[in-house]
Amino acid sequence: MSKIIQGKFKIVSNKKAGCDYYKMTISAREVVKAASPGQFVHLRCIEGNQPLLRRPFSFHRLNSDNFEILYEVVGQGTRLLTKRKKGEKIDVLGPLGNGFDVKGANIILVAGGMGVAPLFALAEHIVHSSQFIVHSKKKKLYVLIGARKKNHILCERDFRRLGTEVLVSTEDGSKGRRGLITDSLKSLLSTIDYRLSTIYACGPKEMLKELSNISARFNISAYGSLEENMACGVGACLGCAVETKRGYERICKEGPVFNLKDIKW
Amino acid sequence: MVKKKTKSRLSVSIGKLKLKNPVLVASGTFGYGQEYKDLVPLKKLGGIITKTITLKPRKGNPPPRIAETYLGMINAIGLENPGLEVFLKEKLPFLQKLGIPVIVSIAAETPEEFSEMAERLSKVKSVSALELNISCPNLGKKGLISQDAEATYEIVRAVKKAAGLTIITKLSPNVTDITEIARAAEEAGSDCLSLVNTFFAMAVDIKTRKPKLANVTGGLSGPAIKPQALWMVREVYQAVSIPLIGMGGIMNARDALEFIICGANAIAVGTGNFVNPRAGIEIVEGIERYLKENKIKNIKELMGKL
Repeated sequence: MSKIIQGKFKIVSNKKAGCDYYKMTISAREVVKAASPGQFVHLRCIEGNQPLLRRPFSFHRLNSDNFEILYEVVGQGTRLLTKRKKGEKIDVLGPLGNGFDVKGANIILVAGGMGVAPLFALAEHIVHSSQFIVHSKKKKLYVLIGARKKNHILCERDFRRLGTEVLVSTEDGSKGRRGLITDSLKSLLSTIDYRLSTIYACGPKEMLKELSNISARFNISAYGSLEENMACGVGACLGCAVETKRGYERICKEGPVFNLKDIKW
Repeated sequence: MVKKKTKSRLSVSIGKLKLKNPVLVASGTFGYGQEYKDLVPLKKLGGIITKTITLKPRKGNPPPRIAETYLGMINAIGLENPGLEVFLKEKLPFLQKLGIPVIVSIAAETPEEFSEMAERLSKVKSVSALELNISCPNLGKKGLISQDAEATYEIVRAVKKAAGLTIITKLSPNVTDITEIARAAEEAGSDCLSLVNTFFAMAVDIKTRKPKLANVTGGLSGPAIKPQALWMVREVYQAVSIPLIGMGGIMNARDALEFIICGANAIAVGTGNFVNPRAGIEIVEGIERYLKENKIKNIKELMGKL
């Protein structure tokens, strides 16, 4: 387990990255040093009591000194976060949670909507660590990105730049394949030798639930990053419980990444 | 030399229990201490009140268990805990190594079960005191023990008989007259009262038109409840003569001092820990600074001096 750090760290940039999407880069070498993809930070959007609680954000990118988060404006906390300026300091608590444990010959990333946030950090990690050679014939890294419509498709170019095979789908057909991302996955699995594949996913609960069905049907492993309302972030308050076959577990501590077959949907 | 002076300046007593400073962390907001070991110099706290333990393990309520509200949050955890045996074996060893008072919060349904737990825990050397959680709002029952003066009396009496430890009774604010319950606990022999637990509350999602919590109702905490908690501490301070631990929305030293001025001998940080894990430590430092700046020799000079 990596050591958890709390401190005020400098915002390097905070820029719009799509219709309601923003990217914030924070300079926090000690946090980054202890961090791995799939883990998250708990940020205080502003100093003050409204909104009261911190907000969890997964690592979107991990560099040597900085980490980046990708966030969508969904409420008061994230709206205030967009107002934070370069050079200001922000209260960071992290790294938190377990992170992805990468294994398997072929890797399939399934990113629904904002689910690209942690999966891009994972893709970068996989590509940059020599354990995976993207273009080798033996091991492959597939990235499936899905959203409701075109302007909610995020990071497509970033994933392509990494040299991964990217498959885009939208529910309304405004970009890529028309339909659900889980249908894209099923059609991918029917065209490749999937036996040694592992799925890593992040996205809406319904998507993750369907992935657990698909992974059972094809007998492959699937890991997903889960979400729940969260207070402490460190396993103390038991607020972010998810029911697994082992009983309730804490998304902030035992998760956020779970083997999807263990979740009681 | 200087350090010794500040130590005694902040020290307070609750029954037989001596605290080197009046700042505790509230039950259910600090786990079993271990969760915060990377973040907080735990030894600097006045003491730790554990997450509530029950005799047998409890699974807790289904999620969502928490919802944020204006200046606060509502929780319905449902006393999830591993039970007394696992607590003693797996959670207590870490706490006892800290060298600060460990106050174990316990809950049960009957006086007999409370007594059984109290008796077991009173034999454990590293347990400094017990807090009786008779005010958890999330157990799916109609009434709370602490809404009934007679039931409160009975439980406290039974525990006092079973255990020689300092007993702290935690009161619910969800009553018509909190002083009535406070007096019942005092009469039954409670060494101290802690107040307040959370307020019954709920939150609704207008999109789904459903409650935001799976349990429908929960307990409200955070700065939103501070003025009410403060008033109740004042009321109880005037009604009883046993020491009080004040809590309810304490975020900083200023909040803590307000409770002490209203009559609390010690205070507990709850929801504040979620926002700033170092809140307790910063409050100790802030109180020290306040005493120095105002040339107050001892914190006891402030207690109840409204």
